[in-house]
Amino acid sequence: MIADTAPAVRERPGRVGESAPRPDGVPKVRGEFAYSSDLYAEGMLWGATVRSTQVHARVRSVDVSAAWATPGVRAVITASDVPGSAHYGLDSDDQPVFAAGVVRHVGEPIAAIAADRPETARLAASRVVVDYEPLAPLLDPEESLTAEPIHPNGNVFRHLPIRKGDPDAVGDVVVEGTYTTGMQDQAFLGPESGLAIPDDDGGGVELFISTQWLHIDRDQVAACLGLPPDKVRLTLSGVGGAFGAREDISLQVHVCLLALVTARPVKMVYSREESFLGHVHRHPARMWYRHHATHDGVLVKVEARLLLDGGAYLSSSHHVLGNAASFAVGPYRVPNVVIDSWNVRTNNPPCGAMRGFGVVQACFGHESQMDKLARALGRDPVELRLMNALGPGDTGVTGQRITGTLPMAEVIARTAALPMPPDLDDEPPMLALPGGAGRTADRARVVRGVGFAANYKNLMYAEGFDDFSTARCRIEHGVVTIDCACAEVGQGFVTIALQIAREVLRIDEVVLAPANTAEVGSAGSTSASRQTWMSGGAVEAACTAARDRVLAEVAGRVGLPVSDLDLRGDRVVSRDGRIDLTMTEAIEGLVVDEVREFHHARTHPFDEHGQGDAHVSFAGAAHRAVVDVDLDLGLVRVVQIATAQDVGRALNPLSVGGQIEGGVAQGLGLALMEEILVDDGRIRNASFTDYLVPTALDAPEVVWSLIEEPEPGAPFGAKGVGEPPVVSSTPAIVSAIRAATGLDLTRVPVRPEDLALGGREHGL
Amino acid sequence: MTGTGSISDIEPRLGYSLRVNGRDHEVDGAWVGDSLLRVLRDRLGLSGSKNACEQGECGSCSVRLDGRLVCSCLVLAATAVGREITTIEGIAPEDGLTDVQDAMVTEGAVQCGFCTPGLVMAIHDLLDRNPAPTALETREAISGNLCRCTGYGRIFAAVDSTVASRRDAAS
Repeated sequence: MIADTAPAVRERPGRVGESAPRPDGVPKVRGEFAYSSDLYAEGMLWGATVRSTQVHARVRSVDVSAAWATPGVRAVITASDVPGSAHYGLDSDDQPVFAAGVVRHVGEPIAAIAADRPETARLAASRVVVDYEPLAPLLDPEESLTAEPIHPNGNVFRHLPIRKGDPDAVGDVVVEGTYTTGMQDQAFLGPESGLAIPDDDGGGVELFISTQWLHIDRDQVAACLGLPPDKVRLTLSGVGGAFGAREDISLQVHVCLLALVTARPVKMVYSREESFLGHVHRHPARMWYRHHATHDGVLVKVEARLLLDGGAYLSSSHHVLGNAASFAVGPYRVPNVVIDSWNVRTNNPPCGAMRGFGVVQACFGHESQMDKLARALGRDPVELRLMNALGPGDTGVTGQRITGTLPMAEVIARTAALPMPPDLDDEPPMLALPGGAGRTADRARVVRGVGFAANYKNLMYAEGFDDFSTARCRIEHGVVTIDCACAEVGQGFVTIALQIAREVLRIDEVVLAPANTAEVGSAGSTSASRQTWMSGGAVEAACTAARDRVLAEVAGRVGLPVSDLDLRGDRVVSRDGRIDLTMTEAIEGLVVDEVREFHHARTHPFDEHGQGDAHVSFAGAAHRAVVDVDLDLGLVRVVQIATAQDVGRALNPLSVGGQIEGGVAQGLGLALMEEILVDDGRIRNASFTDYLVPTALDAPEVVWSLIEEPEPGAPFGAKGVGEPPVVSSTPAIVSAIRAATGLDLTRVPVRPEDLALGGREHGL
Repeated sequence: MTGTGSISDIEPRLGYSLRVNGRDHEVDGAWVGDSLLRVLRDRLGLSGSKNACEQGECGSCSVRLDGRLVCSCLVLAATAVGREITTIEGIAPEDGLTDVQDAMVTEGAVQCGFCTPGLVMAIHDLLDRNPAPTALETREAISGNLCRCTGYGRIFAAVDSTVASRRDAAS
């Protein structure tokens, strides 16, 4: 019935440490890879969503009669049609499937339609009449702390105080600053979409979906549908990027409910505008910092206050704040810390996970401060960072000792030593000037600057959560099949999983089955830089168990103890020479089915002072930015980003390079152009015309160097690599613009007017 | 108040024939406002051209219309009657890859892959017009194709390696 779903992956060989090509690369370049928006089922209907046009309002009534009267409409559902839980959420069920009684942000779902054609569904959606009674909107996160609650669960998602050392310690030199970051969008290209197919008996549903975590979607969908979890089966379709925006439920419950109500397959695809309304964004932050240091540049104390605007619903705000606070001072030794941070509810668009997860905002604050401190001390900013760099044996602000690898000094030093780009020509081609095509820049008014920043971030979930992964290795008819529900969203787990399986099993031919909830347990989320470690670890464990089983069977056939067998390359050999087989030959006729769960080291919640071993492991990176700034037009061209990254071990160096370059581009976006403009609670730029994503002309040359110190406890020593590239590329770019202009620049993105008008005030 | 996505009418409906990848396809009962992208994807089952912005900003839906690179989301399907439409499905040999496609896989230029079909079309268009583009010419030529995963570095590498392999083949 399904034309195609994400196909089973069969691959050319490639083992751990090699730059194996993606197994899904060929179908993707041929246009044959089926994303969730490409799915089709015989007789399927099309869904559409009715959304709040109000920032905060009481809903007096919802009149669906005109929508129902539209020819071709098969279902109209509202809150009263939800058979199970009326609410869902990652951490707390605070978000309604459909708003009833009150809407808390623009774009909140109120009803859904199923119709024969997509344009019919959209037309019917436009005919649903909602009678609103506007309520006072709560838009300022500072007001939220003391305002009347706009939700029964209250306004403060979390307040996290961190106290370490002597709160009264004072340094010889003190610098203070206030910083803000804008609301960034993940802006994945593949829109939210899914296809739901009801069971023939109406007692269950199958959902083909783009998501980051199949099992948590399933549990939330099942609860809302009032079905047992095994009656809701999810299969991962092709996913067109994620970056955090697919952690929360969007259309999953709506499309499944429409399918059950109509007894027909139903497909939903968001438009780009709807996508902006339908997923969470990166939290905007307001941050105040005061750094104390000795005359020699040794950090003495950091005081900070961080305020994140979480928008209308909780999503992952609790943990975003935990991360922002844990990494609030960056990768430096700071003996005394006084940090208070808050994440609050407002009627702004909901915020949640985005690549970097709270650490991005804090990094802009602490790295701006490190530059400011270097200026106050008259020291080189790289040298200042080096002398305070965190490393194994040191403790972070939460009192947690670094027990694994964390070569921050090497990361910083190597980044600083990477080659610089050539100077800008006296008469460069127009496209090489800030602004690129179609702008007029005067070469004489273009100045160059160099900036630096560093970060470290946790890998995996934190604060006591056991985010395990599961994998299954099956051998039958001479075929090895790996099942793992890890969501491939573009990051390359499908490549890594096969490389690990081949490495462990010593067999080139391995099949990775489509990820689903029916064949295997949870893999946890594709987020927090965790899947190479967690699902990679699960695949390694399952394959090791399968390999051991094969060796036992082979030894048993000739009556040898398994300890008499050795693996030499891809061959199984016995000491007496009676057995000499390739592993491919050894599995002939065997039936093996091994399932393993992989758990990381236990973590712990924070105590009342924000102290505790809350994190599993850490990874660091540094970025040096070289920029050209047009002083008249306020335009910036990032010429080069140089970066060294602590990766543990690169299981696929090409893939690591792709994560670095891609992360840098998103960091550049936040530095220079990406901001959701929210005006009185309304998104003013919900399109790719108005929300600017870096293009090929904006992309800098990226020079990278990998620092490989294998991490104990990680499969093959590999650390997650996806997030560090995005975290400190933003402050490095702003640092470079400051160096070029002498301007303070305390908010990102840096806008042309901040430079052109700010520069004029400073006589530039 | 009304919901989102308002359109005034879904009539009239049209029937016409489109020539896609060298074959004629009948389209029946299409909404007059349907874009070429929607007709390719939803009516002809050619889903290789992608729907990321539907306002001509991202290039994911790039196809060639009488040889010219266009965003199919900006072309009214009914105006493409009598013209030669080439999509991602029509450029490679059966079970094979073009040199650009091969380079995209080999150079690691594909991550989520949603932008990839449009980029493959744009790079072929570039190299047909300009067999040896400079780095800046490459950047400009594909600046209408947004990629959110790769930061473009591996895509530039794929263009460079295609140019090099064509040059080697010619010499």
